[in-house]
Amino acid sequence: MSRLEYNPLNIVICGIGGQGNVLASELVSSTMNDLGYKVAVGETYGAAQRGGSVMSHVRVSETYDMGVLIPYGEAHFIIGFEPLETLRLARKYASKKTRIIYDPRPVYPQGVLAGRQVYPDLMKMKEEIRSLSAQAVEVPAADIALSCGDPRTANIALLGAFSRLEGAPLSSQELIDVLRQRFKGDVLAMNEKVFDMGCKAMDGKEDD
Amino acid sequence: MEWTTTIDAPGKVCLMQGNEAIVRGAVEAGINFAASYPGSPSSQILDMLGKIAEERGFYAQWAANEVCAMEACIGTSLANARSICIVKQNGLLCCADALHCGAQHGVKGGMVIVTSDDPSAHSSTNEFDSRFMAESADLPMLEPTCAQEAKDLVPYAFELSEKLRQIVIIRLTTRICHGRGNVVLGPLPQKPHQLETVSEWERLTCVSYRHIPMLKTLEDFREAFEVCSYNSYEGPEKADKLIAAAGTGVLYAREALRRLNVQDQVGLLTLASIWPLPEKTILKYLRNAKEVLVAEEVDPFLERNLQAIAGKNQLTIKFTGRGDGALPRVGELMPDYLMSAVSNLIGRPLPEKEEEQEAPLLERELNFCAGCPHRATFYLLKKALKRSCTKPGVVIGDIGCYIMSGQEAGHYAYQACNCMGSGINLAEGLGQLHRFGMDQPVVTMCGDSTFFHAALPGLVNASYYHSNMLFMVLDNSATAMTGFQPHPGTGITALGHKVEPMSIRAICESMGCQVTEADPFDTEGTLKILEDLLSQKGLRVLIMKQACATLMSKRHRAKRRVYVDQTKCIGDGCGCDRFCARVWGCPGNSWDYKNNKAVIDPVSCVGCGVCADLCPAGAIQVEGGDENEQA
Repeated sequence: MSRLEYNPLNIVICGIGGQGNVLASELVSSTMNDLGYKVAVGETYGAAQRGGSVMSHVRVSETYDMGVLIPYGEAHFIIGFEPLETLRLARKYASKKTRIIYDPRPVYPQGVLAGRQVYPDLMKMKEEIRSLSAQAVEVPAADIALSCGDPRTANIALLGAFSRLEGAPLSSQELIDVLRQRFKGDVLAMNEKVFDMGCKAMDGKEDD
Repeated sequence: MEWTTTIDAPGKVCLMQGNEAIVRGAVEAGINFAASYPGSPSSQILDMLGKIAEERGFYAQWAANEVCAMEACIGTSLANARSICIVKQNGLLCCADALHCGAQHGVKGGMVIVTSDDPSAHSSTNEFDSRFMAESADLPMLEPTCAQEAKDLVPYAFELSEKLRQIVIIRLTTRICHGRGNVVLGPLPQKPHQLETVSEWERLTCVSYRHIPMLKTLEDFREAFEVCSYNSYEGPEKADKLIAAAGTGVLYAREALRRLNVQDQVGLLTLASIWPLPEKTILKYLRNAKEVLVAEEVDPFLERNLQAIAGKNQLTIKFTGRGDGALPRVGELMPDYLMSAVSNLIGRPLPEKEEEQEAPLLERELNFCAGCPHRATFYLLKKALKRSCTKPGVVIGDIGCYIMSGQEAGHYAYQACNCMGSGINLAEGLGQLHRFGMDQPVVTMCGDSTFFHAALPGLVNASYYHSNMLFMVLDNSATAMTGFQPHPGTGITALGHKVEPMSIRAICESMGCQVTEADPFDTEGTLKILEDLLSQKGLRVLIMKQACATLMSKRHRAKRRVYVDQTKCIGDGCGCDRFCARVWGCPGNSWDYKNNKAVIDPVSCVGCGVCADLCPAGAIQVEGGDENEQA
């Protein structure tokens, strides 16, 4: 009967300031609230505008009042906007139960561009992300968003893909309904298109 | 979302941020007056109050600073207004005098102060525990554990404030402010609280003989808190192992008890009334306890006070918590800290974690946003100091986005940075030492919002006493760091009304200062001005005018396209050695590792085009847009 595979169900969303992390967590969490669930969301965005790492914790339950932070190793889903950030949080929050969906496009830290730091090897990071989880799916969310004309909608592409993951607590249709409540006109059309492409990117990978 | 704060639907369950829940609580309490100065993590509260103020029939103000905000609230209380003042931890410290005097005379109309502490200093320079201010001022303080309580405590605080004629403080922490949770809405009042005529013999005066009545009031609050329904206990009837928790600690502790399946062995005492402590209620549980774990944010405030209660009553109890290292002494609480501490409490310590095998991942350094005028300012300042001064410059920082100039982003610009508004005073002192032979150039700065907040008396001082220094006002037309709140220089109010903006230049000139203006995006011209000013003596004021890049990109999306002509880029090695990516360091200037040439990241770039002026090979091109376009 329950749509929640775990109680509470824990979702980590991670990326870099300005990528739309907070909106993504807000869309998921308010949908779950409207469906009648208990929800707790923790946002860490001290330096959101300024290139720092940001993360959101979304927790859903039928029974428990929860703190806004997820304990280590207890994430059931990780939605990552960037590979380094995905790995950073997979190391803390993932377990063999965790399903991860992430954009493999690196966003280089300033120290890397300046030559003071070295960005980790992408292939090795992908391997580690896979080894830390039950399932790890790459979705080119930023590329999808750019191809549709607005790089800020990468979060919506990732949400589309997320809604197609096994065990996702809400359906594509439920998320589309929320998008229709939030946006209008051209912005809505763009978001719907990006969302759909995110869904399709996931559907094509179901046999990974 | 503003609709959640004003919708008349008692019983409806909304998902709300803690800050938003405070707004809803204030609306349900029928406030008349709200004032604040922006400070993370609670800036959003007055942002939202301002948007709904006129609809709900109250007044909301972004005050010039926290002291103005708090004292204005005290003033309105005399006319029986219900007022709410919102500050962050550092703002509360600014208000120390007003707070202590206010406590001594009390209030008439209810007055609630919401203060937000920032454990782990996510968006602050330091950690501070506001509870010490409540204790010091003899004022009552409440602390919610979740968004629902954040809302509910506001009307409760107003009722107590009016009944006992005293200011009530609500303490939030970052996880409560920025967290979201389900909130059941309460009823809205038909109209705001009733104002009253101030009669000739009414008094709110801070005089020493009010000290004893003030302490009596504190005891009245203690009595009220003995029956406060937000304090609670769960667990076995007589628990020899007890957790006493407040704020975020409550839910972390409850989850740890559940995961370890020891809810029937360990008691959990939740305290929403954090000062004064309800001693009788607490003693009821302490009398059975042999060991008490205290879960709280920032300092071992509760731990020490529970120790005092136990000591006073000759109880032998082992207390653990932040004070003895059972929980970390600094930084915010985390669920896993409680798991470990509760495991130790029940004598089943968790297995030692294996040392992590993997190499640690690189951290992302903070950086100015793409197109931020501060990047140009500090690049030019450093260059000018090197070119025009024989001795190294002494640069003093201040609080705002430009605090990041102390890091790589600003070429490690400054040697000292204290609290908000302190830069001009630190520099003023240094600028007096020339009489003893100190001949290094002294430079300090503040943003436009900080200028109004706390720099004005400092500027009076520096001008009157002829300090030898350069004072830069980095005017980016916003209180940028906290989310673009208006200030007296912007010509906008919290209610969204247009008013006459105050001219920073005119204020400086009225104080007898010599003022120059420059645009940091005009790199050549500004460098010349800086070199010229640095070679002069006396007090010099330089206003750097260029709007915040994020603010600009919010106002108009149509922007200029900046790109790299890779045939012109000389790139690595013996060329410019990657000037744009390595030295300039804007997030928009990325590197094409495949071709080993510069590239512009179209996702980050906001189209300011400054890098095009600075590129030594002229490889960066700007296309379209009006260069002088300004909103």
